[in-house]
Amino acid sequence: MKKFDKERVLLAVAGPVIALAVAFVLSAIVLVASGKSPVEPYTLMFEQLGFSDIQVLIINQASLYYIAALAVAIGFRMNLFNIGVDGQYQLAAMMAAVVGAHASLPAGLQVPLLLLTAVLTGAFWSGIAGVLKVTRGVSEVVATIMLNAIATSVIAYLWLPDVFGVKVGNNNTTGEMHESGWISGIPVGDAGEIYGLVFLAVLLGIGYWVALNRTRFGFDLRASGASETAAAASGVDPKRMVLTAMLLSGGIAGLAGLPILLGDTHTYSLNFPTGIGFLGIGIALLGRNSPVGIAFAALLWAWLDKASPELDFHGYDKEIAVIMQGLIVLSVVVSYEAVREWGLRRQQRRVGAELAAGHVLGADNNTTKEVAGR
Amino acid sequence: MCAIKASSSPPAGAAVNGQVTAVELAGITKRFPGVVANHDIHLTVRKGTVHALVGENGAGKSTLMKILYGMQKPDEGTIAVDGEQVTFSSPADAIVRGIGMVHQHFMLADNLTVLENVVLGSEKLYGIGAKARRKIKELSERYGLGVEPDRLVEELGVAARQRVEILKVLYRGARTLILDEPTAVLVPQEVDALFENLRELKSEGLSVIFISHKLGEVLSVADEITVIRRGTTVGTAVPAETTPKQLAEMMVGSELPTPETAESTVTDRPVITVDKLRLETAGGKALLDDISFTIHEGEILGIAGVEGNGQTELVDALIGLKHADTGTITLADEEITGWTTRKRREQGIGYIPEDRHRHGLLLEAPLWENRILGHVTEEPLAKGVWLNPKAAQQDTRRIVEAYDVRTPGIDVTAASLSGGNQQKLIVGREMSHKPRFLIAAHPTRGVDVGAQAAIWDHIREARREGLAVLLISADLDELIGLSDTLRVIYNGKLVADADPATITPEQLGSAMTGAATGHLEHDDTTPGTPNLSKSPESGEDEAR
Repeated sequence: MKKFDKERVLLAVAGPVIALAVAFVLSAIVLVASGKSPVEPYTLMFEQLGFSDIQVLIINQASLYYIAALAVAIGFRMNLFNIGVDGQYQLAAMMAAVVGAHASLPAGLQVPLLLLTAVLTGAFWSGIAGVLKVTRGVSEVVATIMLNAIATSVIAYLWLPDVFGVKVGNNNTTGEMHESGWISGIPVGDAGEIYGLVFLAVLLGIGYWVALNRTRFGFDLRASGASETAAAASGVDPKRMVLTAMLLSGGIAGLAGLPILLGDTHTYSLNFPTGIGFLGIGIALLGRNSPVGIAFAALLWAWLDKASPELDFHGYDKEIAVIMQGLIVLSVVVSYEAVREWGLRRQQRRVGAELAAGHVLGADNNTTKEVAGR
Repeated sequence: MCAIKASSSPPAGAAVNGQVTAVELAGITKRFPGVVANHDIHLTVRKGTVHALVGENGAGKSTLMKILYGMQKPDEGTIAVDGEQVTFSSPADAIVRGIGMVHQHFMLADNLTVLENVVLGSEKLYGIGAKARRKIKELSERYGLGVEPDRLVEELGVAARQRVEILKVLYRGARTLILDEPTAVLVPQEVDALFENLRELKSEGLSVIFISHKLGEVLSVADEITVIRRGTTVGTAVPAETTPKQLAEMMVGSELPTPETAESTVTDRPVITVDKLRLETAGGKALLDDISFTIHEGEILGIAGVEGNGQTELVDALIGLKHADTGTITLADEEITGWTTRKRREQGIGYIPEDRHRHGLLLEAPLWENRILGHVTEEPLAKGVWLNPKAAQQDTRRIVEAYDVRTPGIDVTAASLSGGNQQKLIVGREMSHKPRFLIAAHPTRGVDVGAQAAIWDHIREARREGLAVLLISADLDELIGLSDTLRVIYNGKLVADADPATITPEQLGSAMTGAATGHLEHDDTTPGTPNLSKSPESGEDEAR
């Protein structure tokens, strides 16, 4: 049966490769249309890969993307579209920053406390959308978009000096966190430090795979995503599954901002990265909701982000990277669906051919079963 | 328009109505992966006739009509309209050739008037104003359709909507009408009215293709009948020379079990007891009412009925997808009315769903994952919260061998198997957990002959070991051949019961239309009309 496994790998790789190729070609067309070299920007960006400081930046940035994309992917696996990862991680990071600034426990307790705060905040925020969906039938897409807007306002409120805010010059912050909650990075010489919580991202990826593929819960979740009706008939309580998936997705989303919070900024300020939740959607799509695929996609995204500023020094607009990201998402959607259908049909044909040739499982070596014709 | 090619067609124009061929399908073959397709179908519809196409559900009638209406392309075979070979790539092509279809589910916009609905999409024909209204009135009078152009569709009843659909098709110039199960939604009086309309149509020289699986109706309205079984045409018949029994036999074939069931294995230990079960729509209309029955160990209870009379709801209530509004369900001696689907499955209710693609399989998942579906909490598939893929794969291999699932391996997706093999996998899966009670809804629908016999054997085998089975089927011979007890469901109620040892398909068929209630007994003097020996509910059931 190895050939069907190989087949699956081929199909898994074909989608992204086609999408990336199409996106590169389309971006090249954009460059040509604006009267610029379609090749040089890429050469420049590839060159950036060779610099160790850029490598560190890419890895650090990718860890945020990776966690956010995992959160989105959990929803995707059961056809839930959690657009609210953005609001969830920002609110969670802020709450963690506030707790980190006000609580002062030994590091062994402080760090878990901060992680827990972030998880609970994220889960609470997505849970609102989950509860609305199962009790009132509100689409989680609408609810989470609204909750993103509300999260922005809540954050603005918490930033007020008489709430939790601390003004530093013109910047709103939540005050410096106690050092016991900092996580020191891995120094890589002059290149900087890799966030300690990059390992959290890796662990989450492993946990995601194990939970989905090796537990009963994961099976139910995947079944719900593959066929709501079949899952219900198999005994999955659809409402409970929606709520659980939303809570999980939000809980993971809550962690997305922590690598940078605990590893670098140590406060939640106006400079804190925004929009990672939305990028996570594209990354999860490109990574086909698989932990390994998402890792590659997150690194690719981070590379486009961190290598593109160099373009400004060579007369190109760094926005070409953003155009590229958009084009990738667009081509991904098209190419995956095409590859999926092509793969299904191809397998059906192959199975038909194998059966016709008498390769039936369970047939003895000397006797081949006759295949029933239709 | 090009000239008619007369070479292969019968002498054109020379013959009167009823002799000229309107539509001829020859050697039509259509393959789909995983489902019964059409195979070498031949169908000749003469002008000015009602031609019935009968066959069980899943026999391939709808696929054939989709091909004729241009919604699907045949892999092989030819279509000829008025003696001229044609190929359709869309319904628009079919309409140009005078072929129109009235779908089972109406395609009307509720908030538009009849006139607006009729002209929608065909504004170029007669405009949208007075000319169109005149045309509609003219058609309505000519064929006795009684359609009022200015009524809002939402005000119309089902029968009137159907007439609007028919008029829509005529308005577009159809000379051959395909009616897909037109009577499924109608009450008996409306059916009679519809048949009057059809007679008008054919007297005007139009042809009607009438798709149905109700033999009584077919015999009363059709001039000719083509029977389709397992995707291929098995013969044609003329109503005057055919009895319902002969037709039924053609429909279901002769490879069916003779109703001589093996010795009874029924015991007196009840497994499942349903008491006064009632299920309502959100609006309070009863979908199921006063359903009571008991199935004992080793007993197969067959439920006969025209589709849509509450069978689906009954299955949903038993497996826990819908919860009873009143009444109780008891498994052995535990009341399970409030149990979830998962608990019911864990406690020994097996489920072969009516629609295996929607409820029985994850089509894009490998076979071994489909083995887990529905039994994710049970041994050997799980240990605590953990899945055991190794054990699942091993057990899938066992099922594949024991149930003769034809597949090159257990890693292929369920979608790549044929319908029969998918069904054998489901049967094997459900039987693997030693159910006490099995819900078998149309267990052999769309399944090839070999698989059908195998599935029957498995069910019989399990029955011998004490399994209680609720069998729902549209195939009357399957019901009669397998069941120990028969009940008839009509309008959400169990209206009649019968002894499968003596009942005939015709008697059962007439009870399914609500024409007979109570205990049905065989009576040789009046075949086809069941004897009413006791009819506790006949008062509330209007017989035709």
